[in-house]
Amino acid sequence: MLELVDVHKVYRVGTFGTGTVHAVRGVSFDVQPGEVVSLIGESGSGKSTIGRMVLRLANATSGSIRFDGTDVVSLRHRGLRDYYRHAQGVFQDPFSSYNPIFKVDRTFETLRRSYFPQDTGAAWDERVADAVHSVGLVPGEVLGKFPHQLSGGQLQRLLVARALLLDLRLLVADEIISMLDASTRIDVLNLLGDLKARGLGILFVTHDLSLGNYVSDKVVILHQGRVVERGPTAAVFADPRHPYTRTLLASVPQLDRRWEDVEAEEERRSAALGDECLYHARVDGADAHDLGLVEVAPGHLVGCFRDGADDACPGVRAPVAG
Amino acid sequence: MTVPSPGPATTVADDAPDAGAALDVPDARPGRLPGRRHEALYFALRNPKVVGAAVVILGLALLGLVGPLFADHGPNDYAGPTMQPPSGEFWFGTTMFGQDVWVQFVAGLRSTFLVGVLGSVVAGVIGMTIGFVAGFRGGWVDELLTMLTNVVLVIPGFVVLIVINTYLGVRSVPMQALYIGLFSWPWVARAVRAQTFSLRAREFVDLARLSGVPTRTIIVREVAPNMYSYLFMTFVLLFGGAILTAASLDFIGLGPTNAVSLGLMMNQAVQWSALHLGMWWWFVPPGLGITLLVGALYVMNVGLDEVFNPKLREM
Repeated sequence: MLELVDVHKVYRVGTFGTGTVHAVRGVSFDVQPGEVVSLIGESGSGKSTIGRMVLRLANATSGSIRFDGTDVVSLRHRGLRDYYRHAQGVFQDPFSSYNPIFKVDRTFETLRRSYFPQDTGAAWDERVADAVHSVGLVPGEVLGKFPHQLSGGQLQRLLVARALLLDLRLLVADEIISMLDASTRIDVLNLLGDLKARGLGILFVTHDLSLGNYVSDKVVILHQGRVVERGPTAAVFADPRHPYTRTLLASVPQLDRRWEDVEAEEERRSAALGDECLYHARVDGADAHDLGLVEVAPGHLVGCFRDGADDACPGVRAPVAG
Repeated sequence: MTVPSPGPATTVADDAPDAGAALDVPDARPGRLPGRRHEALYFALRNPKVVGAAVVILGLALLGLVGPLFADHGPNDYAGPTMQPPSGEFWFGTTMFGQDVWVQFVAGLRSTFLVGVLGSVVAGVIGMTIGFVAGFRGGWVDELLTMLTNVVLVIPGFVVLIVINTYLGVRSVPMQALYIGLFSWPWVARAVRAQTFSLRAREFVDLARLSGVPTRTIIVREVAPNMYSYLFMTFVLLFGGAILTAASLDFIGLGPTNAVSLGLMMNQAVQWSALHLGMWWWFVPPGLGITLLVGALYVMNVGLDEVFNPKLREM
């Protein structure tokens, strides 16, 4: 349904746009209906930029983003409006997602003006109430309120309700849980589960590994703008191959293990791996590509083992010696 | 309407981003929560600075509007004996030529308000348009418009106005207001651009985009309403600035040729040595009128600051 192929994003920085920041490097993956794909990475890894490019809030510098075969990058006014009927987003900060001086109902009204100018009055109100109901809220308790009178979880679920008024097929959820209290998180997570069951494709952007594990079918691990590992969630979490993924997993505190033990084990493993690179060991020098991935198990792909995006590969010995 | 009892799901967030809006404002109808605009009005009507200044400004405006209607002769007509001090017949006395100072004063107030309104609207519209477009579009559009703004900003506006008025000659009050407006917008554009920049990055703007709303509508419906208080104060300041500039131009003899204004009255009083002849009634009313009006506008600005910014409220 959604397909990204070799997507790059380069930001121009500096006074005259002289400097560049390569935020996203050659990212490829796809999202199928009824599937939750998690984009996992630390801050600055380019995960949110990818979400914004999928929603066309940012333009990709190169590469293609396709939704049912149409290139999203080239969409203009009318085409873009039609695309937004099927693809919507929910963002990190629920309080900044609403215009603070208006009641929350206005976000539905904006949608109505744009997509359903003929639907007015009771029929529309009923549709809104239905949508609000379907995200587990009581319309009477949330409608007609100002954003600061509601909790973050309620606001996020209202945004999902807003998206559901359209013919929604793809939802980009950009860190939608990270600003919520632990008690309201589960409501929003369960709501994502419901949407998935209804056949929606969900692109779940997060820095939280446990959340990625909890909700998603596939994960894409990003580091400095490139994909270092991707595959089915179970495979990646059970058998992480890339050093970065392993470090990421090891850095999650665990209930039954002490930090020193984890550290020691990581030390041993790193020493055993030495200066190896799974990618360059399996792909010949001529076919190898900086941003390439190699399949280590069905659907489970791993990239070059270098740490920084511009570093040299640890596995490649000097050509003269080889 | 009744207040829905807060069930377990309606935990109101304690970290609401705008604590000012959550202030407990009494409202006549129970169960109805006061909006931002109601709240601003509530505090405005209880702020002595705003109320006092508004009374002065509205009083003077009323005087300028109604006063000339009751005069039985024009402001420049020779209505009576010359150099009369204030009396029952001529409230503000007469000039060197026997013109009625009271009639000149109310007519001058009228043109002063006209200059203020037209000048501030011209400057406000240009400044806001350029500020919104530059701030929202960004990129090269922003660079170009910012360059234009800076160029106009560094031009010494008053000197240019003197040159324009000398060479082109200003025939009427609206023309004067137009020229003043054309040179006083840059700081508005800069301030609006800066505010727009910060609002553009908010997620509700992204959500409006995801609703297929065109850019112009986003600016008008999502960005501008967040700046209403600021835009309102901008107009207040522009209004006072335009009045002062017009009075200065009039005073140095570059005012409209076919009208009466408070600045022109002072110009004539000085020209005919009213000060040395002890004709205080000739120059005190226009001077006091300008001072009162502009002073009230600035006091109102300070008061509105307190109304819109909860941190400045003294309560």
